Amino acid sequence: MRFRGIYSELSSTHIPKTQILAWSPLLLPRKLCPRPAFLWFHCGMQIDTRKCVACGNCISVCPMGAIAIDPGVNRARVNSDECVECYTCFRGMSMERLNPTFVRTIRGFLKLFRLRFDPEPDVCPTSAIIPDELAWPRVVRRAFSDPLVTHESTGVHGRGTEEVKTNDVTRRVGIGEVGYVVEFGRPTVGVRFRDIEKMTRALAGIGIEFEPKNPVTHLMSDVKTGKLRDDILNEKILSAIVEFKTRIENVPAVLSKVDEVAKTLPTVVALGVSTRCAEDGASALEPVLAEEGFSFVRGKTNLGLGRGASGA
Amino acid sequence: MTNTLHRYGSGESFKDDYIVFAIPARGINDKGAVEKEQRFLEIARKHNPVNMGDASHGALFRPSKSLNPLVHWYRKLTRDFEAVIKGVSCPTTVAAVFDNPDAVVAFVRDLRAADLGLSINISGALEKVQECARRAGLERHSVEYSLGFIGQTDRMADRRTLELSTMCGHGMLSFNLVRKLMEWVKQGRRTPEQASTTLARFCSCGVFNTRRACRLFEEELK
Repeated sequence: MRFRGIYSELSSTHIPKTQILAWSPLLLPRKLCPRPAFLWFHCGMQIDTRKCVACGNCISVCPMGAIAIDPGVNRARVNSDECVECYTCFRGMSMERLNPTFVRTIRGFLKLFRLRFDPEPDVCPTSAIIPDELAWPRVVRRAFSDPLVTHESTGVHGRGTEEVKTNDVTRRVGIGEVGYVVEFGRPTVGVRFRDIEKMTRALAGIGIEFEPKNPVTHLMSDVKTGKLRDDILNEKILSAIVEFKTRIENVPAVLSKVDEVAKTLPTVVALGVSTRCAEDGASALEPVLAEEGFSFVRGKTNLGLGRGASGA
Repeated sequence: MTNTLHRYGSGESFKDDYIVFAIPARGINDKGAVEKEQRFLEIARKHNPVNMGDASHGALFRPSKSLNPLVHWYRKLTRDFEAVIKGVSCPTTVAAVFDNPDAVVAFVRDLRAADLGLSINISGALEKVQECARRAGLERHSVEYSLGFIGQTDRMADRRTLELSTMCGHGMLSFNLVRKLMEWVKQGRRTPEQASTTLARFCSCGVFNTRRACRLFEEELK
């Protein structure tokens, strides 16, 4: 229940487990699904088939490629298993409120002459995209995919981590230490928690202690072994970050393990490492990374202008 | 903001890409952070940023929920600075994007003088950022390196698509939309500026660099 509470704000209603099952069209026949016919397919983001004019704009907008025109009904449809509830279609697209019948008539007329209206690519002409209430565990998808949602566990939006962005205040990563951000699913590939668990278990196996102020750590049922909650393992998200730190001398072994496991995962892993610099701005991590064959062009620099409430 | 850490491209590709952002530490200095973040954005505005935004509410370029159909023929490319500054209502991350190091140096000098007490970070090519920090009289406190992508990298898009789509690290820019706009620019159906503004509307944090995107679209035309 603790974890359900973490994401309670994202779910406007608490739905009994039996009802959640009944809402899943994958588990029950359509006639048992207690939803209006035009919305029967989904638990999550959906497209109102009464409004959709099959313009196809939302198809290219979806980062997961989860939207397609259903040729049977000639309307756009969201594949709820692939949808990560990132809200890119609903929030990122501009909306017009045109009459669907009017738009279909115009489009049909133009089609007779093999012409096609060329609308703005980021517009849904009939406001047909409708977000649905999310229940546990599906609500986790939105928490990790919609950057405007703040993780209750850390108070940080996006992927919910502060990393070394606030290191001048928190002093989380000290001199001689290295912070790691291992990010799964980015860019725009997506990942399921069961794949993240393969990495967390492998890292726990070499003695890694995970950052407590991290949303993925909050979803572990056993932090010591890196095991994640069973009920979220099949949930797909846009990306998530696993965070931890080690002494600088452990960098080669850790990076080698991450690389070894990443090769076995059906997704992409983005790797970031951080450290505290010396007074003159020198970083002891750079020669270690160079030795390991990593090139590093881009990064994030904390200027040290932050201070705690006491001014320290 | 790992959102800006893993942008794809060579060192040369980041010559006009600097993201300066402010963030409070949760539970330590987040009290009174809203006013400080608004001050950060006001100072940033003076230095003519390419884009800026508040990670909880939106950026300079925003989608509209009640468009007039005439936008299909004429769409204004305006930037609403006031909406971003006044929109900050809770402690969050605020960011400003610049396309030249001189503006970054001047901005950081102003931030030092303002003494906001929030953590200030710059995301960009590491050497150039360190140079900017030193010109502003600062040495870096901590540094985070992007070591790139590993795993099933064959599932990623081509280089140009990645350069554009990774400018929103939260993944709001789909490969398909970037490819579509790139085709439209090549076909002359949209200008590079129109295409980059369209992409920027999907980046709610305001870290999408429209100037760099324009340049990348233009390079694609050559």
